Amino acid sequence: MANKKVEGIIAEFKNPAELIHAAEKLRDSEYKKFDCHSPFPIHGMDRAMGEKRSPLGWIVGIVAFLGLGGGVLLEWWTSTIDYPLVISGKPFFSYQAYGPVAFAVMVLSSSFIALLGMLILNKLPRLNHPVFNSDRFLKVSDDAFFVSIESLDPHFDQVKTSDFLKSIGGQNIELLETDEEDK
Amino acid sequence: MSGVINTSDTMQVEKVPLITGNQTFATITEKISSIAENKTPKMWFVLFGAASSLAIMMFGLIGYLVWEGVGVWGVMIPVGCGLAIVNFEFWVVIGHAGTLISAVLFLFRQKWRTSINRFAEAMTLFAVICALIFPGIHVGRIWVAYFMAPVPNQMGMWPNFRSPLIWDFFAVGTYFTVSLMFWYVGLIPDLASLRDRAKNRIRKIFFGITSLGWRGGNRQWKHYELAYLLLAGLSTPLVLSVHSVVSTDFATAVIPGWHSTIFPPYFVAGAIISGFAMVMTLALVARKIYGLEHIITLRHLENMNKIILVTGMMVGYSYAMEFFIAWYSGNPYEKFTFINRAFGPYAWAYWIMISCNVIVPQIFWSKKLRTSIPVMFVASIFVNIGMWFERFVIVVSSLANDFLPSSWDYYKPTFVDVGTFIGTFGLFFALFLLFIRFLPIIAMSEVKGVLPQADPHYHGHNGNGKGDNHGK
Repeated sequence: MANKKVEGIIAEFKNPAELIHAAEKLRDSEYKKFDCHSPFPIHGMDRAMGEKRSPLGWIVGIVAFLGLGGGVLLEWWTSTIDYPLVISGKPFFSYQAYGPVAFAVMVLSSSFIALLGMLILNKLPRLNHPVFNSDRFLKVSDDAFFVSIESLDPHFDQVKTSDFLKSIGGQNIELLETDEEDK
Repeated sequence: MSGVINTSDTMQVEKVPLITGNQTFATITEKISSIAENKTPKMWFVLFGAASSLAIMMFGLIGYLVWEGVGVWGVMIPVGCGLAIVNFEFWVVIGHAGTLISAVLFLFRQKWRTSINRFAEAMTLFAVICALIFPGIHVGRIWVAYFMAPVPNQMGMWPNFRSPLIWDFFAVGTYFTVSLMFWYVGLIPDLASLRDRAKNRIRKIFFGITSLGWRGGNRQWKHYELAYLLLAGLSTPLVLSVHSVVSTDFATAVIPGWHSTIFPPYFVAGAIISGFAMVMTLALVARKIYGLEHIITLRHLENMNKIILVTGMMVGYSYAMEFFIAWYSGNPYEKFTFINRAFGPYAWAYWIMISCNVIVPQIFWSKKLRTSIPVMFVASIFVNIGMWFERFVIVVSSLANDFLPSSWDYYKPTFVDVGTFIGTFGLFFALFLLFIRFLPIIAMSEVKGVLPQADPHYHGHNGNGKGDNHGK
């Protein structure tokens, strides 16, 4: 018989309000590696979970400046240094005309970083995750609300953690198990 | 029970709900996912066959063009910019409403956008694909189209960044790429819904890969929401800038009727009216076929009609102001160009433009007409026709009769011109049909988010009575 390894516990909650209450209790508890899953972002959840604001804005902001600078640099270098060409008697460095392209490069580079940064911060793409071992969990993208606690959490204990989830109102508590051989 | 959603004094209670028919989260998922999951309707094959045949005709005509050269088009001197540029302008403006709905209305927190944004974004992408074909083939020798990109090459050449053509290339290229990313980010949670509902292996693998392992945890939503906001913030100046840049292609030229400072805002207003008209046309059809009356409600349609009315008047103001400035400038060529537009050889095009863009939208002053489905459907098609003629009037009538009467000529498109334009509709609808067949056509996670029961306070007051003490 295959040896099962417990990777976490999930508990179902009835609606967004219950999930937010659970999140507040989890925030005030000893658990750190928990997450609240919902079909749509719930207003006020970040505060309930004690989450900090995403750093993505700073990353994209910095890249936007680099993109703008890079765009101007490209235009300056190509038309002044590498390929100077007099066109309608305009100066080589016609900065007035450089706005649109520099702007486009800025928007393009920062949008790429907004997408890539979001994926990297979310550790996506990934092909599998313990929560997907639960069949009930498939409903999370439909109309179900879940809390998951990963076994990597130092305070994780099969019995105690599931009792705790039950005490904060969780239903259908389920262990997330994978076969050892799969590893 | 759901009469009062918010009891707090600062929040306004919505008079008309955004989503009607007592929807729950599950009915939204079911309704929208099933469109992409059910057996393909026979009608779909008929439409797709027709659309893709037109698209194939377009590719055939492009092949003919490349083989024979631009002589197969009606372009000549003085009208060097013929239907290709008219069509490019036409398609690129259609795309603008998509970005406007998805980005600008998002930033203004207009929740009614959620029912139509996916649609509108897809429309943007496909319209911009159709648009990008034309400048590509208009260069004549399409194998050197890469000269526009700053690619190091053996000739040691670089693009001329002082040229509006290059601005155009960067602006439209960026616009397409950013729209694609914005659309995809919005799709991720909905692709996860389809993945979780998938019954067969192919669907499981396809949606498993495209949804990137999304699991709807708040630690993911946190970054996701900010990324979405940032992309919306980055797309917003794009809507305003792309068509401003396109208009500089004209405005920096010396041709009377082109050389005008009103062009950027005037083109943006035109972009919004034509884009909304196209969203309207498509949304009305999809709403009818797929029974989405509860999700795309009359309120959404009415709001769009109001925008068409406003932008129609902005466009009308621009037409009038162009005339005024032509007279006020004292420039005889400018004066002649505008009188010639309204009463010269292309007067028919001018009056089609005025009737469709300025007069037709005025019917939306009436609440009754603004909320009548057949009326708005016909009006939206008229506006689309009018906007095509606006481009035609600007591009062709200015070039055909410029400074020197001895160089004047009358431009007539050939069958290759017209066939390529009709073919782009085939390509557009073929792509659109593929989209409505295989992907969620409405942003499910966003629509769920605007349902009253998505608000944590909803359950607090109506359910277990303990929902109001969180977040302290």
